[in-house]
Order: sequence, then structure tokens, then C-alpha cells
Amino acid sequence: MSEALLTATNLGVKRGDRWLIKDVNMALQMGQITTVIGPNGAGKSTLVRSLLKLINTTTGSINSIKGLRIGYMPQKLKLQETLPLSVARFLDLGRHKQHPLSPNLWHDLLHECRVEKLLAQPMQQLSGGETQRVLLLRALLRKPHLLVLDEPVQGVDVTGQVALYDLIGQVRDILGCGILMVSHDLHLVMAATDEVICLNQHICCSGHPEQVSQDPAFTDLFGPQSGGNLALYNHQHNHHHTSHGDIIDGQHHEDCDHG
Amino acid sequence: MADFLLWAWLGGLMIAAIAGPLGCFMVWRRMAYFGDTLAHAALLGVALGLLLHVNVSLAVVLVCLLLALLLSTLMHQRMIATDTLLGILSHASLSLGLVSLSLFDHQAIDLMSFLFGDLLAIGQADLLWVAVACALVLVILVTIWKPLLAITVNEELAQVEGVNVALTRTLLMLLVAVVIAVAMKVVGVLLITSLLIIPAAAARRLSNSPEQMALLASLLGMLAVSGGLALSWFYDTPAGPSIVVIASSLFFLLFSLPRPFRSV
Repeated sequence: MSEALLTATNLGVKRGDRWLIKDVNMALQMGQITTVIGPNGAGKSTLVRSLLKLINTTTGSINSIKGLRIGYMPQKLKLQETLPLSVARFLDLGRHKQHPLSPNLWHDLLHECRVEKLLAQPMQQLSGGETQRVLLLRALLRKPHLLVLDEPVQGVDVTGQVALYDLIGQVRDILGCGILMVSHDLHLVMAATDEVICLNQHICCSGHPEQVSQDPAFTDLFGPQSGGNLALYNHQHNHHHTSHGDIIDGQHHEDCDHG
Repeated sequence: MADFLLWAWLGGLMIAAIAGPLGCFMVWRRMAYFGDTLAHAALLGVALGLLLHVNVSLAVVLVCLLLALLLSTLMHQRMIATDTLLGILSHASLSLGLVSLSLFDHQAIDLMSFLFGDLLAIGQADLLWVAVACALVLVILVTIWKPLLAITVNEELAQVEGVNVALTRTLLMLLVAVVIAVAMKVVGVLLITSLLIIPAAAARRLSNSPEQMALLASLLGMLAVSGGLALSWFYDTPAGPSIVVIASSLFFLLFSLPRPFRSV
């Protein structure tokens, strides 16, 4: 496999006495969709924000290829009603001077994201799904090597979610970029991803979606109905958790008390 | 028209012109109370300037800037809520300024002119300084307009996209500090925020883009200055408060316009 776009080694973030994330190792590849899943408070946003260097990490290091361009889609966009801002103007703010989109690519992406008809509208009047598509398009304007999407389907209804995951897949094909996605929703995201990282302060398990969904650590986190064939799958885990997600040394037992 | 009235009018117009766009950013970024705190601290700057025999405007800019930096550091701690913190520092600095000024010879200082402004006392030399300050603010504002707008929309997004958020934010505070130092002459420390906020808020209803709102805020501010001065001239009312009264009237007038006249 070619050189990773971004590699995180031993990443840890401590706030007060609490580790928000700990011992995280991961690598993001070109053309690959990686999804971080985990329950609320598992440190998903902390992980993304430290990879983006928006917050300082306590331990570990992040290495990226030279000149890495990241397109970022934040979880929420809180816009003041007092700011008169059209969609077109909002998108303009995200354009990259050195790496402008070719007119063709711009029209393709505009069309794929179905934003053509929204350009003149004020940002504040968009629906949840429309806002997400505009945010995605803005992240794409920089022709990113790596696209980082924090809960991209938030506030979007189920049909819209499917469409949005489809769109994300198409974007990967058009731009050939690597994608890091955060989600707490399981089923839809599993189908749309190449690699899943299951996070609860540390990485509980990771790998291909089918593999991960059968991992006991995964069902511990999300409940038995989430995994496929748990009963048939026998797996020895090397640790288990307290309700705070701390690792307790020792042998795994069936009713592992994940948070 | 008397010369001093012309100077006052020109000075007021220039200050209103830069207060427009800057006031927009204060409205967009919800900095009204923050601006108020800085404006109150300006009085402390006046006292320090007189005490240390340095240029009063310069002392005001420095005190405001220091307080702004102190505030942005303190806002990151979680012990005290931001509005409480602003409330404490705002009135602490105002009181400290009033107490320090009371230590001077009373004849030498016209406290009312600091509190409510004394636009009609602007001379030709002052006007030059106002022009220089306004030009400086305008140049910086135009230069950092796009990054400033980007961090106003979303700071994290802007940072990932390569905007130097801390620098841009600090420059905005510097601009606010400079405007406070010059606007103090027009409306005084107690009313400065109104000169920044009211025209911007009034312009919102008529604007479809940030630039349009900034420009309209400038024009409405200039209209308020002209109307206020006229009111002051013909009815002998205090100039600063008269300007604020006209600005507020414009705001309520525009706010109550029926739908078809408004944009989004």
C-alpha cells in the first residue's frame, strides 16, 4: 500500500484527570473510507479534532504527507441570524487560491451535491440535509487529499442519509481522496465504508466492517442486536472495561461492562 | 455654517463610516457586551494617559487592547461565565477610571465630555488624527476582510482551511480598540457601543450580503451623525446622545417596515 496520508501514533488527550482518548494508532490512506464509530462520549470528536490539530494532544504524534490538503465538514454550523450570507458566498469563503477547481469539476461537484438551486438562498434557510450537502461541497472546494466528516448525516432523515452516504462514496471516486468519517449510527455507515474503527477512549477493535461487526468488543459497545453472528463467533479479548472505559487487565468475560 | 460645526460633522462622518463595518462584526460575533467592556475601560486609559503624560488616545488604545487580550484569555477558563466576567471587568474598569480621574484637579478635566462625548470640541488638528486612524482601520479591515468573515462563520472550519484564527481575532480587537479611542470624542465611553451596534443592526433588514450590510451600516451611521448634530444645533441638546437617539429611531423605523421592503 502507498504511503499513508496521515498517521497517528500513540495519540492521547487528557483533560483534568480524565483521558478523553488514549493510545490511538491509526493510518488514513488515499482512496479509502475510514469510519470511526463509538457511543456518545467515546472521544470521537476529540479524536477528529486532534487529527485536525484543532486541539493539543497530551501524548503521541501526527505525521502527514507534505502539503496535505484537508477538507473539513464540521458537525454543526451555527450561524447567527444577523449575518446575511448566501450559499454562494459561504462557498466562496472556502475556495483555495493556489488550488482552484477547474470549471468542469466545479460543475460536477455542484451537480452531485445538488446545490445548484440553492446558491442564491440564505444559509440560515436551508434544511438539515441541504446544509449538510452545502458543507460537504465547501469541504470539496479545496480538492482535498483527505476529507474529514464529523457526523455528516446529522439532522438528515433516513432517505437523505442513504443518499448522503452514496454521495460521499461518489466523491471519493471523483476526487480519489481519503475519507475519515465519524458516526454513531451503525447500519448505514457499515455499508459505505472500507475500514471501521470502533472507539471507546481507546480503539476497541478495527478492520473491515463484517469483521468488526462480529467482534465482541463491538457488540459490547452497541448491544447484541447490532452484531451479526455473535453467538457463533468465539473471540478472546485481552482486556475489558470499567464503566469509564478504563482498561482493566485480565481475562475477558461475557458480560463486559462497557460504558 | 460655523467652522467648528463643519469639523464636528466631518469627524463624526468619518468615525461613523468605519464604525459601520466594525459594528457589523460585533453584531455577527455577538460582541456587544465585549465592546461595552472595552469602551468602559477607555476611561481608565484616559486617566493613565493624563497621569503618565502620554497621548490620551494612544493610552486608550493600549488599555483597550490589553484588556481585550486579557479577556480572550480569561474567556477560555471555565470558572466564571463570560457574561459575569465581562460584567465584573466592565464596571471595575469604569469605576477605576472614575476614581483615578477624581484624583486630578477638577477644573482640568471635563468628565462629562469623556462619558458622553464632546463632538463640537473637535478641532482641525483632532480631525487630522481622526482621519489617519480611520484610514488605518479601513485599510486593515479591507485586507483581513475575507479571513475575518471566515472566522465569523466558523472558527474551526477557518482554521482547518489555513486561516490564522488567533491573529485575525487579535487584529479585530485592535481595530475595535482604535475605533473606541476615536469614537470616544463623538459619543463618549458610555455610548460608544451604540454607535457600533445600532447602525449595523438597523442595516440587517435591508441587506443580502455581508458587504451590503457593512456599507449600509456606514451610511445609516453617517445619517445618524448628521441628524444628531442638526438636533443638537437647533435645539441645543447634547450632541452624543442626540446622535444615538437618531440612530435608534432609524433602527426602529427600519425594523417596523412591512415585509415587502425587507429582504431575508
